[in-house]
Amino acid sequence: MSRANTRVAVAMSGGVDSSVAAALLVEAGYDVVGMMMRLWSDSAMGGAAHNRCCTPQQMDDAGAVADKIGIPFYVLDTKAVFRNKVVRYFIEQHRGGLTPNPCLECNRHIRFDWLLNHAMALDADYLATGHYARIDRDSAGRFRLRTGLDASKDQSYALSVMGQRQLRRTLFPVGEYPKAEVRRLALKFGLNVESKKDSQDLCFLGSQDYRSFLRLHASDVMKPGPIVRQNGELLGEHRGLSNYTIGQRKGLGLSYTEPLYVLAMNHNQNALVVGTGAELGRDALLADRVHWVSGIAPQEPFRAAVKIRYKSSPQPALIEPRDDRQIKVRFDEPQRDITPGQAAVMYAGDVCLGGGNITRFEASPLIAEQ
Amino acid sequence: MLVYNSNVLQESVKRTLAMTAKPEVYLDYSASTPVDRRVLEAMMPYFSEVYGNPSSSHRFGRKAEQAVEDARASVARVLNCKPAEIVFTGGGSESDNLAIRGAGWRAKQRGKPSRLITSPVEHSAVLHTVRQMGWLMDFETEIVPVDQYGLVDVDVFRATCERGGAVASIMYASNELGAIQDLAALSAIAGDNDILFHTDAVQAGGQLDLDVNALGVDMLSLSAHKFYGPKGVGLLYVREGIELTAAQSGGGHERGRRAGTHNTPLIVGLAKALELAHAENEQRTARFKALRDRLIQGILERLPGAKLSGHPERRLPSHASFVLEGIDANLLLMHLDMKGIAASSGSACKTGDPKPSEALMAIGCTPEQAKCGLRLSVGMDTTQADIRYATDALVAAVDRLSALSREWMK
Repeated sequence: MSRANTRVAVAMSGGVDSSVAAALLVEAGYDVVGMMMRLWSDSAMGGAAHNRCCTPQQMDDAGAVADKIGIPFYVLDTKAVFRNKVVRYFIEQHRGGLTPNPCLECNRHIRFDWLLNHAMALDADYLATGHYARIDRDSAGRFRLRTGLDASKDQSYALSVMGQRQLRRTLFPVGEYPKAEVRRLALKFGLNVESKKDSQDLCFLGSQDYRSFLRLHASDVMKPGPIVRQNGELLGEHRGLSNYTIGQRKGLGLSYTEPLYVLAMNHNQNALVVGTGAELGRDALLADRVHWVSGIAPQEPFRAAVKIRYKSSPQPALIEPRDDRQIKVRFDEPQRDITPGQAAVMYAGDVCLGGGNITRFEASPLIAEQ
Repeated sequence: MLVYNSNVLQESVKRTLAMTAKPEVYLDYSASTPVDRRVLEAMMPYFSEVYGNPSSSHRFGRKAEQAVEDARASVARVLNCKPAEIVFTGGGSESDNLAIRGAGWRAKQRGKPSRLITSPVEHSAVLHTVRQMGWLMDFETEIVPVDQYGLVDVDVFRATCERGGAVASIMYASNELGAIQDLAALSAIAGDNDILFHTDAVQAGGQLDLDVNALGVDMLSLSAHKFYGPKGVGLLYVREGIELTAAQSGGGHERGRRAGTHNTPLIVGLAKALELAHAENEQRTARFKALRDRLIQGILERLPGAKLSGHPERRLPSHASFVLEGIDANLLLMHLDMKGIAASSGSACKTGDPKPSEALMAIGCTPEQAKCGLRLSVGMDTTQADIRYATDALVAAVDRLSALSREWMK
């Protein structure tokens, strides 16, 4: 199939990466269609703010890029499915005392399911995005998800939910480039987006942080409760568990003889458990809803590097599969910020093997003694 | 028996070509039309040759003024009115604004009843103007309901008018539904109650009878680009004796009713386009109707879920509109566009944040149904092959989208 007869739908955000992705595909001779998802509307935010990724400005920018490179461009109303699959999940997880990463849910249900299906219905052969990751095939012909060439921009963590069906139909045109080169390409293509800032926070939160979002949309999540040490000592009152993350030191509002960190959230008691830095390390975690990129679940323990947050670095560990959907991860070194609700994503070198949702961590011997 | 007829052959050749060479089928003539070559020719001298300001007293100005006044006389013949009753404007929206604001303010200044009466299926140039005058300028407003076809309820309209008012504005033919109102009946009711009757005839222009006396209207808006004239020019007919407070003040152009230098070439273009539409009305509308009926028939036959919106008979010759329940109109327009087909929807928007169509809500659709409107409008360049191609593409797109929406409803 020639490239001119290969249709690629590009998920465009108006940012540098997806704009360059689209331009690279046009340059390569594909039949390219630009698509942007409208995930959230101002009215749903009580008129308070636009979300970052679908502001009128971002739409205009994406539309201008599409005009510049000569492709059709459409904005798709994705609000209902996004609310049902991602925002609801985000709120429910917080309500359950967990710290979710909605970007993974979005990639799982929205980008590489809803959008991929809508692109294919439009006769697209591939969906392309501006993610920093790479796709190739192993010797057996299975698709592999690999980290972006620019390790500092790698987004494979959030893409770890992709399987063979998705990878077969996906292109990551900027995954082969360093970010600086992508900005240079934007300039070269004359896209007028080269100096735009990288997007950071959750896209639907707009200008607020996630705490104000939760106060507005799930006020019940923000119940004050006790701040305690592991020995039961009461130190103060917290402003709702969702205001805190594990490993957090600043903003606890406590004065104590030594620095204190958030160790855990006890959802049943609505208690925030804090302790010293020495109490922070955790050896192991359990994860469920485990997804294997290859589609094949290993039966035997194996060694891998594991990322427990989007921005953390992969740490060496032993993976013990419990069943196809559950793993135990034993780290070589204790980790300070294993956070239930976040994803644990496994790597063999630069190949992303898959990941699961952290359900709990196992106490280090030091904590168990106390 | 096979009959080889050159027309059929031509159509089949065009169809085959259409399959291979990325066809483009424009079915959005209600949104805008191409400028007729004859209109363009008539306009050409007034850009660089006859360029004087029609308000100037020198020969350059007088020449341009002559063209403007000829255009005014030509338009007046079509509307069966006096030339002095024509105000040239920058388009349909401006005409609607001038009529409602101008007459509304005048009534208020004179201490007369200042109620504004309109319908929920009006173009936003009317509806938003009336609402703004209600919210910000203390006018009383009445939105008279319509029936399932989008036709104004005459009894409610009468009862409303009997309570008094300054202006009633009811569109001649609906842009979204294509439904044609009984203007003669409505204008008579307004007249009986000393209420000025304005009609937005922007969609009707070039297709329906525009004799203002037969229609009984006091004011009527037209826009040239809906009948193969240029964009950016329209007119407001204002019956002699009606005083309007200028909505746009400045020089004394158009007898103080619309300030701003006359746009000579556009005004000439408007008049020429209206003249042609009037002269060729029978042939054009007969052709439009045949194409439209074929389109409606094909779609209703092949898409059991499709409902015709608007009135089955009282509708614009060029206009077909549907509600395709469960089909996101934005996605449908995207699918059609990818097949080269231009269509539109009252709820569609470029920002992925569609609002339910007010017109569809007014005829009893639920908010969800009111996001599923589709309008296809035919024009002078539409062929039977276009209709076949568009019908096939629409059926295919609806099939795919209903499969997707079933999947995501789960």
